[in-house]
Amino acid sequence: MKSSYREALRAGIRDAMIRDERVFLMGEDVGAYGGSFAVSLGLLEEFGPDRIRDTPLSESGFVGAGIGAALGGMRPIVEIMTVNFSLLALDQIVNNAATLLHMSGGQFHVPLVIRMTTGAGRQLGAQHSHSLEGWYAHIPGLRILAPATLEDARGMLWTALQDPDPVLIFEHGSLYNVAGELDDDAGPVDISTAAIRRPGKDVSLITYGGTLPAVLDAADQLAADGIDAEVLDLRTLRPLDDAAILASVARTHRAVIIDEGWRSGSLSAEVSARITEQAFFDLDAPVGRVCSAEVPIPYAKHLELAALPSVERIVAAAKATAGAGG
Amino acid sequence: MPSLGADMEHGKLVEWLVKPGDYVRRGDLVAVVDTDKTVMDVESFQEGVVADLLVGIGETVPVGTPLAVITQTPAEVGAPVGEAPPARAPAKAAAGPAQVPAQVPEAPGPSQGPPIAPPVRHLAHRLGVDPGRIRGTGKDGAVTRADVEHAVAARPGTAGRVRSSPLARRLAAELGIELSAVAGTGPDGAVTVADVQRAAAGEGGAPARGPEMPAPGLPSPELPLTELPLAESGAPAPEGPPAPAAAIKGKPSSEARERVASLRRAIGALMTRSKQTIPHYYLSTTMDLRTAVGWMQAVNAHRPVAGRLVPSALLLKAAALAARDVPEVNGFYDDGGFRPSAAVHLGVAVALRQGGLVAPAIHDADTLDLDVLMEQLRDLVSRARAGRLQRAEMADPTLTVTNLGDLGVDSVYGVIYPPQVAMVGFGRVMEQPWAQNGLLGVRHAVIATLSADHRVSDGLRGGRYLARINELLQEPEHL
Repeated sequence: MKSSYREALRAGIRDAMIRDERVFLMGEDVGAYGGSFAVSLGLLEEFGPDRIRDTPLSESGFVGAGIGAALGGMRPIVEIMTVNFSLLALDQIVNNAATLLHMSGGQFHVPLVIRMTTGAGRQLGAQHSHSLEGWYAHIPGLRILAPATLEDARGMLWTALQDPDPVLIFEHGSLYNVAGELDDDAGPVDISTAAIRRPGKDVSLITYGGTLPAVLDAADQLAADGIDAEVLDLRTLRPLDDAAILASVARTHRAVIIDEGWRSGSLSAEVSARITEQAFFDLDAPVGRVCSAEVPIPYAKHLELAALPSVERIVAAAKATAGAGG
Repeated sequence: MPSLGADMEHGKLVEWLVKPGDYVRRGDLVAVVDTDKTVMDVESFQEGVVADLLVGIGETVPVGTPLAVITQTPAEVGAPVGEAPPARAPAKAAAGPAQVPAQVPEAPGPSQGPPIAPPVRHLAHRLGVDPGRIRGTGKDGAVTRADVEHAVAARPGTAGRVRSSPLARRLAAELGIELSAVAGTGPDGAVTVADVQRAAAGEGGAPARGPEMPAPGLPSPELPLTELPLAESGAPAPEGPPAPAAAIKGKPSSEARERVASLRRAIGALMTRSKQTIPHYYLSTTMDLRTAVGWMQAVNAHRPVAGRLVPSALLLKAAALAARDVPEVNGFYDDGGFRPSAAVHLGVAVALRQGGLVAPAIHDADTLDLDVLMEQLRDLVSRARAGRLQRAEMADPTLTVTNLGDLGVDSVYGVIYPPQVAMVGFGRVMEQPWAQNGLLGVRHAVIATLSADHRVSDGLRGGRYLARINELLQEPEHL
């Protein structure tokens, strides 16, 4: 079956709505307008306004409502238009959703799923181009997912809804139009492991989400130069699948982490630290990183592209870990 | 070559941690020595500058052989004034420094020059630069740490350590390849694992081959990368700067086997000596641990998992404390007589993964708080298994404890470790039926044993020692 990433997400939502009547979707413009990124197009007509709910422009308000609904026994899917606007709901997410189980002594789970768009690359300006999933991955009490493939776009949502605790799903804006073949019987997938998207033996390219396509392209280029790169898609940013990361590094002895977030205090820093903590004596080169330039993401196309991780920079970083001898 | 244990007659130098020109203080680690039983660090007993290394890596020399010449200050390098005495350390040196430093004159005052803080001066000494010749940039022209570092960086020919990857170091240590002799092709000229493999293939003709195991991810694997069980093989991890122009050649697997065999021989010789010369007698007491285990569980309930006590800690502490009251079990029998020890340095038998055992000391165990004791025990076991014990830890035990309870053993009668005079054994801490006051109940209990030297004590005193342990365990809050 031909599908786009956007259609795969929609199929995941439909499936969840049909399978469990406690599931409903709410967010800005998810109903009549069909979603700012057209993910929920047609769902209002199919499921009606009780289950596809447009909300006022108040992230703190509707995320809080989602937490309340989850506490009350529902299985809400809250769509925040983009991660940039999720900052307005940071208090609800970090101080309430993530902590209630702990603060109630284990009495109150918050089975809430929040979806949001993340990332840059579409000339939306600095305020609308953040990659802040690494921030959320800092918070105990949250599970953070980054579907990068059609299968994960289709299958992560249902598994996330089965999690009794809050799950945040980050959809990279550049992926919505990616199209490809999706199995007709594609369904739920696990949300706790990383996946090898391309096996290799010379260097581990560790990434997630929107940069996966660029990393796979870089691996192709490296192959042409005789470097057999392994591409590891983290998929779940919290909790990180340490075992998969360490197993890959144990095979290749070199690692480059590609993360669209800024380098300082980032998820890439965390992955790098875990590698040096747990696989130091497997390393044959310093861990490399390719991240966004530490500037507000520029609006101008050529400057924006220059600021983001590119195939060229990934190839160069992978070669640098191999040194002259690689 | 210091005596690193009562039974040590010779040692093999496996690593220099200093090189000529280095400044060392008393207590600094200068070399690593293989004693057949374990690999141990050797510390310097005097302060000064290393003028010359007299023993090469891989050489085996008798105890008492000078290893290096240490002179007073950098200016005097080449004019040795203090050389380790060639006298063989007597067996009784086990409790003290094995080498007596030659008398050396007091260090001359610092060179006249700009003001310099003591820590900075120490750094300068350590790095081998004369602080008097450094131009200070600090307040009133004071020499700062940064000034010293600049002076070191500006010094010609300070090659120092070899840039190399962790994996390359691991493989080089396993194969006995000297890293400074390998041309690096990695990032910024670092030595990579491929470089080490090339060097191994080039040097040895037919390189040592480990088990047939593919080396994924390594270009042209002339040499399969073995699992490199560093800790298992007991090979020292190369931490210090590599020794100059000295490469250990050898096949790793056969070396590891040889190490296990020589450790077994050493244990055999020592235990034979013990049984031939020490008239052992044996006692055992089953001790009620209801109070002790109950107290420990109450304490542990308020602690995170990592900070919890285990019964071994209580048993070790009780064994150490009881030795204060029965000095006949704590000390050394040598030169035809018994020397009791005022301090209780409790040897703890640690089984090594590759076979064999060592019994390093927890110093002053009778004075340690239970938590400190736990921490030291954990540290000692991990270092023993990594082959990184220090001289004093091997030589100092005044009384040794063996605890086989973890293996499900009910009781253990140990063989005394000469020149010590007693060995305490603890079996499994387990629940068992317990009769008291005409009633039968279930309690935690342990069988404690004592193997003691009849030349020093009798069953009466030995029994008193076990009884004292038992008494102490009934008041665990005072341990």
